[in-house]
Amino acid sequence: MEYEAVIGLETHVQLNTKSKMWCGCANAYGAAPNTQVCPVCLGLPGVLPVPNEEALRKTTLTGYLLNCEIPRFAKFDRKNYFYPDAPKNYQLTQYDKPTTANGFVEFEFQGGLARVRITRAHLEEDVGKSFHFDRNSGVDFNRAGVPLMEIVSEPDITSADMAYEYLNALKDILLYGGVSDCDMEKGMVRCDVNVSVRPVGTQELGAKIEIKNMNSFSGVRRALEYEIPRQIAVVKAGGKLIQSTRRWDDTTGITEEMRTKEHAHDYRYFPEPDMMPLAPTDEWLAEVRKLVVELPLARKQRFIREYSLPAPDAETFKNDVALGNYFEPLAKQSSNPKAVANWVINNLRAKLTELNEREKTEQSELGIEPADLQLTTLADLKFPPAALLELVGLVEAKTISNAAAQQVFAEMFATGKTPAAIVQEKGLAQVSDTGAIEKLCDEAIAASPGPVADYRAGKAAALNALKGYVMKLSKGKANPALAGEILERKLKG
Amino acid sequence: MLNQLTISELTSRLARRDISARELTQACLDQIARVDGTVHAFISHDPADALAQADAADHELAAGVTFAQKPLLGIPIAIKDVLAVKGHPLNCGSKILGKFISPYDATVIEKMKAAGAVVFGRLNMDEFAMGSSTETSAFGITRNPWDPSRIPGGSSGGSAAAVAADEAIATLGTDTGGSIRQPAALCGCVGLKPTYGRVSRYGLTAFASSLDQIGPFTKNIEDAARLLGVISGHDPKDSTSVAEPVPDYVAALDGQIRGLKLGLPKEYLIGGLDPEVKAAVDAAVKQYAALGAEIVDISLPHTDYAVATYYIVATAEASANLARFDGIRYGQRVDGADPIELYTRTRGAGFGAEVKRRIILGTYVLSSGYYDAYYLRAQKVRTLIRNDFLNAFKQVDAIITPTAPTAAFKIGEKSGDPLQMYLSDIFTISCNLAGISGISLPCGFTRSPKLPIGLQLLGQPFGEATLLKLAHAYEQSTPWHREKPAPIA
Repeated sequence: MEYEAVIGLETHVQLNTKSKMWCGCANAYGAAPNTQVCPVCLGLPGVLPVPNEEALRKTTLTGYLLNCEIPRFAKFDRKNYFYPDAPKNYQLTQYDKPTTANGFVEFEFQGGLARVRITRAHLEEDVGKSFHFDRNSGVDFNRAGVPLMEIVSEPDITSADMAYEYLNALKDILLYGGVSDCDMEKGMVRCDVNVSVRPVGTQELGAKIEIKNMNSFSGVRRALEYEIPRQIAVVKAGGKLIQSTRRWDDTTGITEEMRTKEHAHDYRYFPEPDMMPLAPTDEWLAEVRKLVVELPLARKQRFIREYSLPAPDAETFKNDVALGNYFEPLAKQSSNPKAVANWVINNLRAKLTELNEREKTEQSELGIEPADLQLTTLADLKFPPAALLELVGLVEAKTISNAAAQQVFAEMFATGKTPAAIVQEKGLAQVSDTGAIEKLCDEAIAASPGPVADYRAGKAAALNALKGYVMKLSKGKANPALAGEILERKLKG
Repeated sequence: MLNQLTISELTSRLARRDISARELTQACLDQIARVDGTVHAFISHDPADALAQADAADHELAAGVTFAQKPLLGIPIAIKDVLAVKGHPLNCGSKILGKFISPYDATVIEKMKAAGAVVFGRLNMDEFAMGSSTETSAFGITRNPWDPSRIPGGSSGGSAAAVAADEAIATLGTDTGGSIRQPAALCGCVGLKPTYGRVSRYGLTAFASSLDQIGPFTKNIEDAARLLGVISGHDPKDSTSVAEPVPDYVAALDGQIRGLKLGLPKEYLIGGLDPEVKAAVDAAVKQYAALGAEIVDISLPHTDYAVATYYIVATAEASANLARFDGIRYGQRVDGADPIELYTRTRGAGFGAEVKRRIILGTYVLSSGYYDAYYLRAQKVRTLIRNDFLNAFKQVDAIITPTAPTAAFKIGEKSGDPLQMYLSDIFTISCNLAGISGISLPCGFTRSPKLPIGLQLLGQPFGEATLLKLAHAYEQSTPWHREKPAPIA
């Protein structure tokens, strides 16, 4: 019998609000332990939570981006459990009335489009972080009370690869919406997996097994690549799987049982009495709607459609939003968007990356911290975007050769001079004057008896050597096509 | 003696510079030194800090600051141990907070400080406000100034006793099911529980978040009106506080109660009602009629369910609210080999029996499989109880009842029987469930021993002005509020 996996994901995402969920403390990563805390986020006696409007807005915006419904009634609940990193020993979350529900995410998968339904995206609070030392433990509460959005998918995912692509698509959407910085290394995105297996063709779900402790998307994929065959092997061997929670060990690459259903927590959820229920108004929702942006997939499809770009170029512009934003206005003004895309991706991006690497090295040597590095961005370029368009135009009009264009670009990148000025200054204009080229061709033929003999003996490729000689003599300015024609005529004649 | 005067009397004398805030504060401190060995209303107080605040008030008075600008300037007001005062201990009548010092001020404290009050002392209370006699405090019992063998009521027993014994001009307490009104009744002072949302709860250590309110204890109604005016209003730090304008409560005390309707709920004439309490309340009803109020028989049909509903809702919320006292971040810690053992030992040693009972009860009613039968049902009954009151208020301006079924009982009399203790709040509990306003004021005494009897008036949501007007008219036509407890005089 063949088995298939049924996978649902619970993804926790820290929102990039300025302040924490219930208090005015900064929501910022990396400060010294317990320096971004106050009575509220430490859960001191007598404090009360006041919801962060920006967090509510960002959660609702996420709802719109994930095609969710936005219910007109939502509330927070207390989830009760004792843990040293939980300041109140209950977590505020949205249990049965979330801010958003019933959406979906679409993404490219295995050459087609996949759709994963979203059960809900709800808001809750992050907890502190425990540290264990030799003889004692400590908790850093800087993270406690940071707004955390939980995005729960329906069990629509069927493979480890699909889970991986879903997570990447989700991350892109959140980045596009500006709701989270999604920095995995800083723990801004965390993911739990629910996975079961069943015989292909059946509908009934198998025992749901939750896997925790993956700290990267590839960790999720690896955990599933381990767990799915494990479950299938158990079932095939006649064993029975029971609902349980397992822990992924990234070093050994295996999952281990943490607890079974009998030991599941009773969280004793009940509505948070310290806050009024949420009832978003039409006006408020309309304001949030204004923040809706084009989704990554839609952008990619539009770039392919509107600028006749090959998929890899459109993918580049989907992933590098700033680069895409640089490209798009130029593409709109150009008769050859593909040529513009080539310049932006192959030359501009390469140069910028090279410059950034150099800046990093120089500044690191000066002892500047990684967070304080001052790197050149697209906004700081020395030349205006229109200059790139001008350069493409010069190539298109055959005013300069491709080789010369490379030189022009390097110069305008370095100095900000206009392409026309550089061409003029360096004398890079392509020579299409037949008389001048004929002279050069005669010189080349005279100086290259070997290739001439080869060509005449039937080796057509020998023409390239002669063409190269002409280009060299012209310092790259000769129109190569024209030079080829003239050489051919002279040698045949 | 200055400490026996009311805020109204004192502010005019302070304004005339007849007396200084320092003399006044010293008078209260002297009275504490004289009587608190017996009464034990205070868990602790810091005379030097109180006098320093008084001196600051005197400087402001000298500099021309007026009572229009700072309505409580130089008035010593003591605080229930459940409210956060920056730099002061905060114990909530419990061992579990250890040597905890609050790093911040509750909003009511900020407001009182802004109004110029001398904020001092930590007043005794039932542990985490759970009790009706102040006997569950980890800091010893408080004695009723009218009879030191009796309890002062609770949970704000220290707040009531301190006012009755003239150890402070006024005090703040909290009321979750009667914890202001019942001790006010038993100690013979005025106690006001504002409408839920009228006063910010920020800085009030929560017992039951949806029921708790902060309110004043005073020697008369006018002082209650003054204090309520200072502490009321929307607070951005408490999203359950309501942006309802704060009226001039003192201006409402115009004696114009002719034609106002007072409802007499038939369900409150229960068997356990002490005959002397009944007689005093009956007389008060007659007095209101004589003052021109119209007495209307009403029904609050779900009254019987109030106590049960209350002990589900309040304990459920308390079970979560008290979870933070775990020995990890602050307060007393009893170490353990792992977090669970640390929690168990810390909470086992830190909490008293009544608090444990309520945490267990609250945990139970929220448990999977029981939630619908208890918590959810209790919330539905709570809505019915609120609707009872809202319907009644379509007919009447306020409701008149006894505050407590009996006068102050003996120390130890009910502490072994939780159910009997819970029933001492039978007339006050519904008010919190309904989220409405309520006040207790003196309406007579039992004969022997002479113990105060309290009259309760329940008002509409945000109907405090009407409630105070009614209470004031009665007070001004009766002598009760002027009597002082003989045993400690």
